[in-house]
Parts: sequence; C-alpha cells; structure tokens
Amino acid sequence: MIPGELKYTKEHEWVRMEENEVVIGITDHAQSQLGDITFVELPDAGKDVKQSDSLATVESVKAASDIYAPLSGKVTEVNTSLQDTPEMINQSPYGDGWVCRVDVGDKTELDGLMDAAAYEEFIKGTSS
Amino acid sequence: MELIFERSRKGKIGGTLPLKDVNEEVKVDPAYLRSRDAQLPCVSEPEVVRHFTRLSNMNFGVDSHFYPLGSCTMKYNPKFTEKIALLEEFTALHPLQPQLLKGAKLTQGALEIIYNLEAVLSEITGMAEYSTHPMAGAHGELTGVMMIAAYHRHKGNVRKHILIPDSGHGTNPASASIAGYEVKAIPSNADGVMDLEEFKKTLNEEVAAVMLTCPNTLGVFNPHIKDIADLTHEVGALMYYDGANLNAIMGKTRPGDLGFDVVHLNLHKTFATPHGGGGPGAGPVGVTKELAPFLPVSRVVKKDDGTFELDYDEPLSIGYIAPFYGNFGVLLKAYAYILLLGKEGLIEVSENAVLNANYLKVALSKYYDLPYDKNCLHEFVLSVSRQAEKGVRAVDMAKALIDKGIHPPTIYFPMIVKEAMMVEPTETESRETLDHFIDVMKYLAELAEKEPELFKDFPKTAPVGRVDEVKAAKDMDVACLNDDSL
Repeated sequence: MIPGELKYTKEHEWVRMEENEVVIGITDHAQSQLGDITFVELPDAGKDVKQSDSLATVESVKAASDIYAPLSGKVTEVNTSLQDTPEMINQSPYGDGWVCRVDVGDKTELDGLMDAAAYEEFIKGTSS
Repeated sequence: MELIFERSRKGKIGGTLPLKDVNEEVKVDPAYLRSRDAQLPCVSEPEVVRHFTRLSNMNFGVDSHFYPLGSCTMKYNPKFTEKIALLEEFTALHPLQPQLLKGAKLTQGALEIIYNLEAVLSEITGMAEYSTHPMAGAHGELTGVMMIAAYHRHKGNVRKHILIPDSGHGTNPASASIAGYEVKAIPSNADGVMDLEEFKKTLNEEVAAVMLTCPNTLGVFNPHIKDIADLTHEVGALMYYDGANLNAIMGKTRPGDLGFDVVHLNLHKTFATPHGGGGPGAGPVGVTKELAPFLPVSRVVKKDDGTFELDYDEPLSIGYIAPFYGNFGVLLKAYAYILLLGKEGLIEVSENAVLNANYLKVALSKYYDLPYDKNCLHEFVLSVSRQAEKGVRAVDMAKALIDKGIHPPTIYFPMIVKEAMMVEPTETESRETLDHFIDVMKYLAELAEKEPELFKDFPKTAPVGRVDEVKAAKDMDVACLNDDSL
C-alpha cells in the first residue's frame, strides 16, 4: 500500500530519488483525505524552493491545500498533464499523478524524511 | 428546472417599452455601441413571473428552514429591521449627497447612524474606533491586514509573516497573503487550541501579526489568549481578531480587553442582517487608538456643535477601500438590532447561543464522535468517522439532512477534524427545533449503521438531486451567455 522505496513527509508528500533529482507527489492517504481533486496549481520550472515552502496547491471538492517542498532545490520539470487531468492524483498518486521533479541541493535533508514504516505509523497516529 | 433562456422563443415579448424620449440626433461614440444584440431571453410576462416564483419556492433559507451552518451564525433576521431600512428617509438618500457642498446638512441622520454604530461596536468589542466601509467579513480582514501593514511601514518595521492557527478560517490566510504577507500555520494542541509552545517557536520579530478567532472554529475559547497577546506585543507584532465567532462572547468579554489590536465583525452574522445572497454583507473593522490614523477614509466626525460631517483629511489612512460608506442599509439594520436588544439583550444572545450549542453537543455526542470533547461555546464540531467506516461520509450525511428539511452544518471544516461536521444552532432556535434536529441526526446515525448504501442517493426530495461536485468544480459553464443560437 505504502511504497517501500519512497521517503515521506508529515505533510503527506512522497519523494523518489533518481540520481540528483527527486520526483515529488502526494500520498495515497493524502488524496483519499482530500477527495476528488479538481485543480492543481503547479510551480514554474526553474523555480528555486526551500524545504517546507509551499510548492503547489491542490484543490478538491472539499478544500484547497498546499503541497510543501519536501526538500530544497530547483524545480526542473512539472507534470503539466495535471492541468487537464488533476484526477490523475486520485487515480495514481505514486505514478502518473506525480507533481514535479526537483534538482536537490542539500541531500542531507533527505535524512530528515520518514521511510514507509515510519509514515505508516504516522498516519495511524493521526487518524482518530 | 429549465433556465429562463431555455424557454426563450424568438418573437415572444414580455413587456412594453415606454415611448422613446431621447434625442436621436445625439451621436454616440461607436466604441460604446453594442456590436450585437443584447442576449435577453424572449419570454412572456407570465412565464417570467412563474419562472421566478418557482425559483423563489426552491430557496432554502433561514426564513424557511433550520440552518445550523457552523461558523456562519445563520440566526433569524428579525423583520422589524427590514421595515426600518425601507423607510423612504433612508432609501431616497443619494450616497453623493453628504459630499456636496454643505450636503452633510441634508444627511445628518444617516451620518449620525454611522457614527453611533461605530460607537456601539467599539463599546461591544473594546476597540477605540471603527470603519463601517468593508462590504463583507473577508473585505474587513483585508482592510485590517492592510492597516497592520501600514502601521509597520509607518514604524519602519520590516515584517514578513502572519501567524494563523491551523483551525483558522480560510479567509485569514487568504487576506494575509493578498496583503503581501507570508502565512505560517501553527498547529493546534490536543485541546483544540493553538499550541502555545509551537507558537512561541515561530514567533519572532519578522512576524507582523497573529490572526485568531476566539472562540475558535471548534467553539473553544483559548485559555492562553492573554499570554499570546503579551508575547505578540513583546516582539512588536499585532493581534488580529476574526470576529466571525463574536456571537459566543458578547457582554462576557471583549477582544480589546483580551489584547487584540484589530477586529473585524460580520454584521450579517452577529448582528442579524442578511447573509450574502439575501442581501449584501458588512464587515466593519475596529482598531485600537494607535491604529486609528490608518483607518480608511472617509471618516464620520462629530463637530463641536454636535453636527456630523465626512472627513477625508487623514494623511496616514490606507485610503479608499470601498465606494462611499459601506452597505448603509445593512449598517442601519444592525444598528436597529443592537438598539432593540440593548446591553442585556446582547448578553442574552450570547448566553442562549452557547446554551443551544451545548444542548445539541451533549445530545449528539451519543450518536457521533466528538474529537474535542470540551465545553463548547456557540458551536462544536462532530466527526462522522464512525459512520464513514460504513461508507457514510460527512458529505453523505449532509445530503441526507437536506431531504429532512434541514440545512446541513458546515462539513470538512475545520480541517483538523476528520469528516468534520460543524454545528452552530444560534440563539434564535426554539427547544422544539433543536429536539427535532437531534431526532433527525439520531435517525440518520441509525440508518447509516443499518442501510449505509441508501445514502449514496440522497437528497431525493430536493429540486436538484446529488450534484456531481467534480464536474461542477471543473467544467464551469455560465449558462448560455455566449450561445448565439438564443
């Protein structure tokens, strides 16, 4: 259910390392809590982001929520297909629903993120 | 139901135009002429009357139904205020009149009402001065945050952030960021109020203000409010009070006494004027003496001889934020409401609002989860989590309530509660109405247990059934306006 090879944040983003870049998205848990996603506001490619900065915004039928940058770096590519098919995040949060790729500056920031087991514990703790 | 444009047939006419009395010799600049005919429906008069009568029958409002929409204070709007607002002495006033040379003389009554309303709102909230100009709560917020920015600029402070608890109204971060600030969300603690330790960690001299509603959206009064205000002031930042929840505390405490520097009120909530669709809103904003120079212009001032006039000569003012003086008819209704109730009446409003909410909370907590089980003030937040395990989520419960003739409470807000359902009965509901609501909620909880699949089809009796919310949000089609076939 929660992919073992990814890293996770408390804000329910996931991160996949690919050489110097990371791919970023939101977790299955996040998409199910948000409900049907109707709009995604993506960052511009080339944008410099700091860890915990707002990176993108997702709007669902329930609410608008920020996606925060799990790591600092430069946005290299955004998933523009989300503009027409934001529901991709609901359908495939770890696959075609990825949000953007970031060229990471400080790789030590990765160490502060949760692994799959820790994230699973984390969501258990928050669901009352 | 058909749109009126769908009833349109070429050649049908529903009215008679008066004889033309304009001089056709006058040449109109072609830039101002239409390039094509106005897109008006061709319908007969009875069709128009029936169409709008049908529409009015579909209306779902506080005059027809119980409306416990949390954070919105949908109290009954007493009709005597409408009568007063319809007096010709007010409706026939032109808003430019007081701006004419010596025009203030002709509008003393209206100016006095604005002046007096500002004074009573100051008294109720413990602020020094008010502006009645903002047209809605969020407009009041933006005005307030702009004054905070003007204050810091004037002092030479460089401030970047506004702190807002994660249970705050969505308009708070929106207003702060439109005014140019970066928002930092502070998590809530287990008691449902802003976590004091997290707050202390985030508070520094880059913070311009802290925006709070107290009681907050869980209906919980923050016991550390005085500490928060003191700490905020120590770093030179200001306290902003979102007055959406003022209905809980009138006559019991005042934002000014708690240490708030800027307050916006929603007259359409606390002071019983109509909400949005039922009439324009009004979001007056009040400030401490220190911030008064930054209030928008114009200001109504009382001269030594007891007469009133408009003052535009305020060099530190943030300027104009609205045409004229706010929604005057709404201000008038709120003023009439306050005068009728008086001090004792307003205290009773808050006491009964709190009593009604607690009555419902205790009764409903038998059937629904209550994540923050504390004594609430004017509203409380249930969670439909227990029912969601059976597949009945808050949105399904809301749709079922529509079938039962009750406006659903606010759902999925605040976001710190899963499957949230935020209930605010207000003081204007009778014990019988509250008991009926409890019966319906109990029935629906039992139905969710036994036959959860039924909920997918609700509402069944409303003019419009289950709406495709994704389609509604994604494919907006503003009816026919660009359709040349009509």
